[in-house]
Parts: sequence; structure tokens; C-alpha cells
Amino acid sequence: MALRAQTGPYFGDFGGRFVPESLVAALDELGEAYDLAKLDPAFGAELAELGRSYTGRPSIITEVPRFAAHAGGARVILKREDLNHTGSHKINNVLGQALLTKRIGKTRVIAETGAGQHGVATATAAALFGLDCVIYMGEVDTERQALNVARMRLLGAEVIAVASGSRTLKDAINDAMRDWVTNVETTNYIFGTVAGPHPFPEMVRDFQKIIGEEARQQVIDLTGGLPTAVAACVGGGSNSIGIFHAFLDDADVALYGFEAGGDGVETERHAATITKGRPGVLHGARSYMLQDEDGQTIESHSISAGLDYPGVGPEHSWLSAIGRAEYRPVTDDAAMQALRLLTRTEGIIPAIESAHALAGALELGRELGPEATILVNLSGRGDKDMDTAARYFELYDQENAE
Amino acid sequence: MNTVGPVIRRRNDVAGGALIGYLPVGFPTFDESVEAAVSIVENGVDIIELGLPYSDPVMDGPVIQAATQQALANGFRLADGFEAVRRITERVDAPVLIMTYWNPVVQYGVDRFADDLAAAGGAGLITPDLIPDEAAEWIAASERTGLDRVFLAAPTSSDARIRQAVDSSRGFVYAVSTMGITGARSDVDRAARTLVERLTAADAPASCVGVGISTAAQVAEVLEYAEGAIVGSALVNALATGGVAAVGELAAELARGTRAE
Repeated sequence: MALRAQTGPYFGDFGGRFVPESLVAALDELGEAYDLAKLDPAFGAELAELGRSYTGRPSIITEVPRFAAHAGGARVILKREDLNHTGSHKINNVLGQALLTKRIGKTRVIAETGAGQHGVATATAAALFGLDCVIYMGEVDTERQALNVARMRLLGAEVIAVASGSRTLKDAINDAMRDWVTNVETTNYIFGTVAGPHPFPEMVRDFQKIIGEEARQQVIDLTGGLPTAVAACVGGGSNSIGIFHAFLDDADVALYGFEAGGDGVETERHAATITKGRPGVLHGARSYMLQDEDGQTIESHSISAGLDYPGVGPEHSWLSAIGRAEYRPVTDDAAMQALRLLTRTEGIIPAIESAHALAGALELGRELGPEATILVNLSGRGDKDMDTAARYFELYDQENAE
Repeated sequence: MNTVGPVIRRRNDVAGGALIGYLPVGFPTFDESVEAAVSIVENGVDIIELGLPYSDPVMDGPVIQAATQQALANGFRLADGFEAVRRITERVDAPVLIMTYWNPVVQYGVDRFADDLAAAGGAGLITPDLIPDEAAEWIAASERTGLDRVFLAAPTSSDARIRQAVDSSRGFVYAVSTMGITGARSDVDRAARTLVERLTAADAPASCVGVGISTAAQVAEVLEYAEGAIVGSALVNALATGGVAAVGELAAELARGTRAE
């Protein structure tokens, strides 16, 4: 069977539905609505039209030779999801799930968010479709991504700062699931990544796989062939699965996921789930996760809020287990240096999340050499990260620094 | 093995039904959590539901979250759960079910967990985030060891899933009274009555209603139609605010709701 044909609930040993019984009816309802929508040309047409006239699809590709000069001479091509409306790939999935919300007749949506990109995208879709919207965001993240909090509120969403546990993305997911258990009759949960219980990993992947489908053809049109390697950052894994998927059955194309290495995977402060974790059950699916001996989730650490997650989507765990994709860690510092390098050499400021993929591409280019072509998913833009970058590189005037 | 079925039947013969009390291991301290469990049994609770603190408890409301987070911060380890079962069952006759999220069992090893729980004198498991569809390994381990396994049924469960919960459970089916997470509510949802009727129609030997029950009057109301009433957050709150004495007093008060009319 083609790897691309794999569907949920299981990807090899990974996936499933480890959820309270109270959520099963809602997951079944969502899954059935999605299965019907997939077969309905009107749904596909409406989503494609939103992509064209609202998101700005297809997103372009940009070759970046001045950046690539630091990557062993390999050609580096960026897939520009940063140019999408709302500034990241997250909008692709959100528009699909918002259309589904309308089809199942629910009037309220909830979502979790880490960096705020998925929250902003969900709040945007809620404004567009006239849905009530509540976003759960870890308290730590509301502080380091204050600009996105303001954006969501301006869009009409209620933002709830989650103060339990590690006060980051994993706890925001817990609280969103608690909300869903309580309000399931009126509420749809617009999940932001390819983790979680079935049908989310498959459905979110399907809404994101347009990234790779477009990019595959665009790279062929530009270079006359397939890329040597595809690189993307991996938190929960939605942008990476989105760009990987079209290439899964192209055996000659190497796929690399770059996890957040934080202070370094030899320390305890990282979010390198596949590199350093082991299989377990978190947030409704069996997948790799960071956990202690007793199965308690270990708090992850990353300078990038969007990658600061101790789990990963089950399809990635499967792709790693079967050897189809390779997952490597990139430290905070390597990502920040790559962020500045792309900015200085090409005038493109990437999100810190995407900068992990850029740092990975620099490493890959040196390994693969000048004959290689590396396609990098530039999943988001860096506007939201200016405060973090300004502090990291000491860009504020000293008197304004505090 | 001290399983829950005989206790539920006896309490339905001689009284209105069974009272099941939830407390987490290790809150406020390990020793006090054991004392509290013993105390609620001595004050009329028939079955203990002993919660294992977990980092990501998606079914738990704020009161239980706060208690289990404190237990984790105090250094709770899985082995403490077995030790608590051992100490409680040495002192009182009530069966002790462990309530645990699934990942700790997976990491410990499902068979090893079942063996150690049985050896400690435990009655079985309540698994809030494990549905029968994913439970083949646990069903096999509980068949082998004779442990009870309690799955949940919700007001939104389809008829097919109600039947699956009945067929897969042993001891009782946990009827989630209302759509939501744990926490005391002023009125127990009428949906609970309908849900128990559906479970009974599917030949459930026993249905116990949980989520939202906090008073003796609610216990009495639930026992009009169900075989057991489960109280959690109210007991944890009493323990948090008034210690072992207060949780014992609340148990005695709740037990009045189990008396036959």
C-alpha cells in the first residue's frame, strides 16, 4: 500500500482514541462528517475557493541563494506558508475544520494554542463564519506571545490563560478537552495539530497536505526534478506532515523533521519528543512522548512556543519507526542563529518555529553537498517573535529593555 | 479477591445501594491519604475509589486537579498506589478500586500492574481515558487475575457503545451523570436517570452514578434508580479544608443517603 494511503485511527502501532467515553460521540460525529465531506465535491470546492481568495493559495516558493551559501552550496527552496493570511500554515486546517463545524450545525468553537498561531487562525475563521470562539493558551505562552493574545481578542475570541500544570500548550489542550467534554453538544474542538485522538491526526493532515502537493509540483517546475530532501520543524507535527505527505512515496526524497532541542538534548530542557522520548499515551493517542519512568508527562522546553510540546502526532512516530522520515534536534541557539541568517541574507523574517527547519537545512546542506536541493517549509512568519528576538539579540535600546 | 460486585449487591439488599468514595493517593500526604480512606469507610463508605495522581488528568475538575498536583509535587510515585491499597485493605474490609489514567499503566506494564494490584489486595481499575475499543490488553490481564474493570458510559453514548460498556465491564458500569468533568454540582443531571435506564435495559448488573454528587440528598436521589453513588470532589474538598476528621464527617453525612426508605 502506498504510504500516502494510510488513514487513521492507527498508523502502525500509533494513534487510536484514548479519550473519556463522553467524547466518543463527538469524535464519531466529527469523523463521520469529515468522511462525508471528503466525498462531497461542494466541500472541496468551497475549501479550495477559501484557499484561493482568503488564504492566498497557492503559496509561492522562493529560492534563497544567499542563505544557501551557508548550507554547503546546496540549493535551498522555501515553501512560503508564512505569506498565508494570518501568517502561518495553521489557517489551512482551521478553514477546513470551520467548514465542518458549520456542516455539523455547531455554533461555538474552541481551540488550544501554543505560539498563538493556531489560536489566531481559529479566531480568524470564527470571525469569518460568525462562530463563538474560546481559545485556551498556557499562561507562560500568553506572556511570551502577548501580541497574538491581542490579535485573538481583537478578532472577537475569548482567550483563557491556563494556569494548571506547566502552563504551556499541553495544559491548554487538557483544558480545551475539559471544555469539550462539558459543552460537546454546542461546541466543536478545532484541534491545531496532527496529534490527538482519531480523526484529528488524519483530518488535520489532509487539510495540511496541500502544502506538499503544491510544493512538489513547484519544485519540479523550477528545477526539473524532485528535491533531494524536505525539511520541516516538528512540534505536534502539522506543518511537517503537510509538506512531507506528497513525498511519502517518492523513495528518493529524504524527509527530515527537526524537533526543538532547547538547551540541548543532553540537558533536561528540550522538546525533542521522538529523539528522546518513548511511546506512551498522551492527549488521546499513542505516540512518542516525553515522560518519566512512571508515565508522568515531562514538561518540555523550547524558545519556540509552537514547538514546546512533549508529544507528537502518531503519523510521525510511525514514519520514524518505519524509517521513512528522520527526526533530529535543533537547539534554541541554532534556531535563533538561522532566524537571523535568513533575515540578513534574504530579508525574510521567519517564525522561530520555522527557524528550526532552517537550521536543520544548513546542517543537511553541509552533509548532502552542492548537488542537493533542499525544500524547507517556512511554516510561519516571525512578526510574533520580535520581542523574543529583540531580547535574544539585544536589539532594544538599553533604557527600553526593561 | 475482594471484588465490588458482592458489596454492591449486599448494599442494595439491605439499604438503598452502595456509596463509593473517591480520594487521591498522596493528598495531602501519603499517610493522611491512607487515614482519610480508612476514615470514610469507617463512616459508611462501601467502596473506595483510590485515584493515582497524573500529570494530564483530562476528566478532572479543579478540586481534584489541585489535590493531585500537590500529591505529584510531594513526590508521588506509582509504587505508592500499591502501598496505599495494601495499607487500606489491611485495616478495613471495603474493596479498593484504583482510578487511573491509562499511560501510567502502559508504562508500568499492563500485566505487571494487574499482578501488583492483585497482590496488594486491590479490587480492580476504573479507567477514565480507556474505552473498551482500546482495552484488549487490560481485558486479558483482568480476566487472568480476576480484577474488576470499570468502564464509563456517558449520556451521549450510542446504544451500541452502552452495550459494549456493559459487556466489557465487571463490577459495575460507571455512569457519568452529566456531560462534564468532575466537580460538585447543585443538581445532578436528569440525564443520569435516563442513562441508568439504558444501562439496565442493556442488562448491566450494576450501574453507579458519578460526577457532580456532593450531598446525602443527591446520594438518596441517585440510589432510587442506580445501584451506587460515587462522590469525589466533595470528599477531596472536605479533606483539603478540614483534614481527616472533616472527610470522615462528610462520609457519615453522605452515608445517610444510602438508607432504605
